[in-house]
Amino acid sequence: MAKTGFETGTPSMDELKARYAELKASGQKEGVFEAKVAAAPRASETISSNAIFEREEIPGGWYWTAVVKRGQTLRLVNPHGTPGVALQIWHLHDHSERFNSADTIKVQWTARISKGRVLLSDMGRAMMAITEDTGGYNDCVAGHSTAITNEKAYGPGPLRNSRDNFLIAAAKLGLGKRDLHQSFSPFAGVVTDENGGLSWQDDAVQRGAFIDLRAEMDCQICLSNCPHPMATGGVYDPKSVEAIIWDNGPVSADDLCRTGTDEAARAYINTDRFFA
Amino acid sequence: MTTLSTLKTEQAVEHHHVPANAPFSVTVKKGQTLRIVDTEGQQAVDTLFYNADDVEERYSAHDTVTAQGAAYITTGSPVISSEGNLMLTVTADTVGYHDTSAGACSVESNTVRFGHHTRFMHACRENFVLEGGKYGLSKKDIVPNINFFMNVPIEPNGDLAIVDGLSEPGNYVELKAEMDVICLISNCPQVNNPCNGFNPTPIEVFIWD
Repeated sequence: MAKTGFETGTPSMDELKARYAELKASGQKEGVFEAKVAAAPRASETISSNAIFEREEIPGGWYWTAVVKRGQTLRLVNPHGTPGVALQIWHLHDHSERFNSADTIKVQWTARISKGRVLLSDMGRAMMAITEDTGGYNDCVAGHSTAITNEKAYGPGPLRNSRDNFLIAAAKLGLGKRDLHQSFSPFAGVVTDENGGLSWQDDAVQRGAFIDLRAEMDCQICLSNCPHPMATGGVYDPKSVEAIIWDNGPVSADDLCRTGTDEAARAYINTDRFFA
Repeated sequence: MTTLSTLKTEQAVEHHHVPANAPFSVTVKKGQTLRIVDTEGQQAVDTLFYNADDVEERYSAHDTVTAQGAAYITTGSPVISSEGNLMLTVTADTVGYHDTSAGACSVESNTVRFGHHTRFMHACRENFVLEGGKYGLSKKDIVPNINFFMNVPIEPNGDLAIVDGLSEPGNYVELKAEMDVICLISNCPQVNNPCNGFNPTPIEVFIWD
């Protein structure tokens, strides 16, 4: 028979099954990744002013755009315990490459994307690395607010929402609706029950929590500081957050995010090839 | 929740056979019902929807799961667009469970998930880009999709994995269109995980007025 180029290769079904079982067991082996996180250095709460490139306080309801260059770190601080912010992340030099929430959770075998994990682009590359995360809850499953989710949560009225914030910000960057994608939402505790029911975990939002995201390529980001669509309470009262772009120093050979899992290591092979 | 349909295939206005591994698309008019049949069982059908009058309005997995407060798609699930509008409603489902959090496979993500030896194997995003091109869609229009017949439980501790499919031969899902939509399908070619029982198979698509 002539070749079509669509052949799936030589492994037998049994070999494919065995290989997947091995990957899954390794990817979800309890305690292994957690031990690496526990052994990793912790970022200081304070950052030397010499190391800061840019700093901004983003009022509740508002958005902010910035470029975080490869190697720089974006710290987001939640001083007043606002219930979630949302991030859009594009590759600065080709906006068609962007954060992919589905790949990020699927490839890393977990929806709990926290310290030691990487944010993957749709091109199989590590875009940003979570080098610190004191809160531990960031949502990749339920997303960001819209006029409709605001109305459902808070009743009628013009309240700022993330979808509109992103549209405005995108327009100013020469981007549009097609460039918006599923957000990465720090400070948001969305958990699933045994039946797939989603709920908001209130104690996941902690005053003073911060997350460090190290850019692995030049990233164009937009942060929207509106409450997560699943946040409970019924009162729209987003509090300000702080964003700091800073130099966290050189990346060590045993860097947690680069070496935490086999999957992350392969994502970095793709990223490093891109810059080689 | 599993529910049966009362529609009869001999009364369908359209019937399409989609070979294993192949892309497919069809326009479903407001009020029409779309049925996707997993002919041989355990076959993931990666599916995206676009507003036929404005393709910048497209399926949003995040808005869909937020609207229903649940992670999986089944009977009664609203299929919500990026604008927050209702695109379709799931009206029948003989499996009871479909993923919308794990997205579509790509040759790039395959290298990260399974190793670089899988780089040159056909994948869903290749299908989406090719088929979407017929409507002027490009990579920017490809977003996380619904995976009909794909089983990806998200555990309370966050653990998430593609596990053996629950669908048996002939199982189907039906959706009623609430606006004119383009339905873009990749009949998933993945053989590195159980989403297709390690053996991609054909599907059938029916449409009723």
